[in-house]
Amino acid sequence: MKYVDEFRNGEIARALAAAIASITDPDRHYKLMEVCGGHTHTIYRHGIKDLLPDQVELVHGPGCPVCVLPMGRVDEGIAIAERPEVIFTCFGDMMRVPGSKGSLLEVKAQGADIRMVYSPLDALRIARENPDREVVFYAIGFETTAPSTALTLQRAKKEGLENFSVFCNHVTIVPPVRALLDSPDLRLDAFIGPGHVSTVIGCRPYEFMPEDYGKPCVVAGFEPLDILQSVLMLMRQLGEGRCEVENQYGRVVLWEGNLAALKSMAEVFELRPYFEWRGLGFIAQSALKLSSTYADFDAELRYSTPGVRVADPKACQCGEVLKGVLKPHECRVFGTACMPDHPLGALMVSSEGACAAYYNFGRKSFEKVEIGSKE
Amino acid sequence: MSESREQRVLDALEQGRRRPPKFTAPRIDMSHGAGGKATHKLIEGLLLPALNNPALAPLSDAALLPFGDIQLAMTTDSFVVRPLVFPGGSIGELAVNGTVNDLAVSGATPIGLSAALIVEEGLETEVLAHEVEAMAASAERASVSIATGDTKVVERGKGDGLYVITTGIGAADPELSLSPASVNPGDMILCSGTLGDHGAAILIARGDLELEAEVLSDTRPLTLLVRALKDVAGPGLRFMRDPTRGGVGTVLNELARDSGFGIALWEDRLPIRDVVNGACEILGIDPLYVANEGKLLAVVAPEVADAALEALRGVEGGEDASIIGEVREEPARMVIMHTGFGGTRMIDMLVGDPLPRIC
Repeated sequence: MKYVDEFRNGEIARALAAAIASITDPDRHYKLMEVCGGHTHTIYRHGIKDLLPDQVELVHGPGCPVCVLPMGRVDEGIAIAERPEVIFTCFGDMMRVPGSKGSLLEVKAQGADIRMVYSPLDALRIARENPDREVVFYAIGFETTAPSTALTLQRAKKEGLENFSVFCNHVTIVPPVRALLDSPDLRLDAFIGPGHVSTVIGCRPYEFMPEDYGKPCVVAGFEPLDILQSVLMLMRQLGEGRCEVENQYGRVVLWEGNLAALKSMAEVFELRPYFEWRGLGFIAQSALKLSSTYADFDAELRYSTPGVRVADPKACQCGEVLKGVLKPHECRVFGTACMPDHPLGALMVSSEGACAAYYNFGRKSFEKVEIGSKE
Repeated sequence: MSESREQRVLDALEQGRRRPPKFTAPRIDMSHGAGGKATHKLIEGLLLPALNNPALAPLSDAALLPFGDIQLAMTTDSFVVRPLVFPGGSIGELAVNGTVNDLAVSGATPIGLSAALIVEEGLETEVLAHEVEAMAASAERASVSIATGDTKVVERGKGDGLYVITTGIGAADPELSLSPASVNPGDMILCSGTLGDHGAAILIARGDLELEAEVLSDTRPLTLLVRALKDVAGPGLRFMRDPTRGGVGTVLNELARDSGFGIALWEDRLPIRDVVNGACEILGIDPLYVANEGKLLAVVAPEVADAALEALRGVEGGEDASIIGEVREEPARMVIMHTGFGGTRMIDMLVGDPLPRIC
């Protein structure tokens, strides 16, 4: 497939792997965190860990917007979806995320009108086509998807659509990374920065990582060669004692980001003082809500969602697993109270979360699989 | 110390997996129909305990029923596809081929089919006539007759135009013993052609995605392909399935679980059309879990693998056949794939509906 195969070339991969191996200090252990869930997916899907030296470990970060959504926010979405006048729209992978009493998929089975959309603009179209119904879009995602929500709201306002609103759960990437970096027991050496978030916000927001915390960051693309090249760039920084933000994903990411998208976001959103993350607790200024100009479109106001907090069970230790302090099986609730069918923590929600992968595949989820010939 | 704690945790998980599943969902949702883990739970946790009997227990594509000196193969399937007509086929053709194929991959020769039609009030007669003609043509192609049937009409809004349920009986081949228990390490896994065509064609035909791509459903009877395989592989043919709902990933996980062995795939040998790969890439869906309606997976002894591949390629519909993997001792009860990129990846069973990812 053109424009894809070029970035999945096994021969170039072997050359990059050899280059990484050649600058790996055999007596050192390297822990690199890929912040973004999309990177985790690429790493799993192409088996990238098998190409890295034993000393280089990839740690999966907090960047899966579906997984980090706390149960309370899922429950509030469900409460809106259950209203008879509402057509509730959301992205596909949101459907399975469990709240305290079930998922949107289950509520749909009970009769709620819940429709999967590929873009918030689809939700807007549904609103136009159903003037006698209330259409609510469940907005999730980091800065990657926030501009499309912003654009949709700008369009809705311009058209004067009154039966459309947004339940906003957009989150921002920098605060949770900072929260991780602030923890005294952090054991990470460097970060693979989120490429698609960076198409919007650019590379500058990551400068605090080297400047304040002494951790290198390379903004990376999503094809497997992008990841390998980013690992090589990070290993070079670590080897040479450099510490800076570099952009591997230059074919897409501009250093200053996408100014038009940022302008739309600034008009439509404002920062929440704090927001809760599944397994990580409350993080200050880590999420967006609709600005006062767009208050008429805010589903939280329209439906007076109570803002109920469903406490993460105290035993949940996602934060420790994320920071690399604990392995999944060392968590108190792993495999008992927290399982893929009824996850408590973020890392059990997606099948690529560290805990879900360990649950399904045991040690093979992080060990190299070396069995039989590859030919 | 921590090593033994980890082992205890892993042992407890393994024990849990071996226990028969309990079905605890208070209602049926769409994931229970997707053919993956949730469907398994429904079947093994609710249906099987209630209906349990030796013919049903293997949960194969067709049940084998002793009848005098022979064994009858019996299977049933319901078809609820939307839209009714899609590029490459339609519901009538699908309904006949699906049941013929469940018999064929069980090694049975179809004897007769039944067809039940559930028609929604208001369906245009022309549409119904088209589907019945499609059923007749498909039955003729597979050399089987639709010997009996039933029609019901339901109120408008209570059905998607037309549902079709077909049941088939066939005569099992006494020479063959097709089952996960016949599979051995070293056996090769063949697939009769490109993967994911049907599921991708349906997704695109629904039009929700505003994707324009020429993908045709692969619906076809597998009878000739199966015959060619039987002729050349004989008792070296160990196991066959048609990877419909849940796709190749799910079928091979079932095989790994039921045989107790591991399965290794080679990604670069998976025949997948560029256009299907592209559509899946855009939608964030893995072609390994996308439905096929005219493909078979066969496990054959290593010494007949090359001949079996040649035989498949010589039959219409098998031109793109490929040896995609092999059975291994380890990792027991798991499916792994050697990726084209040079790594390995664990292939799980489909968890729910194959829902598109946002990132």
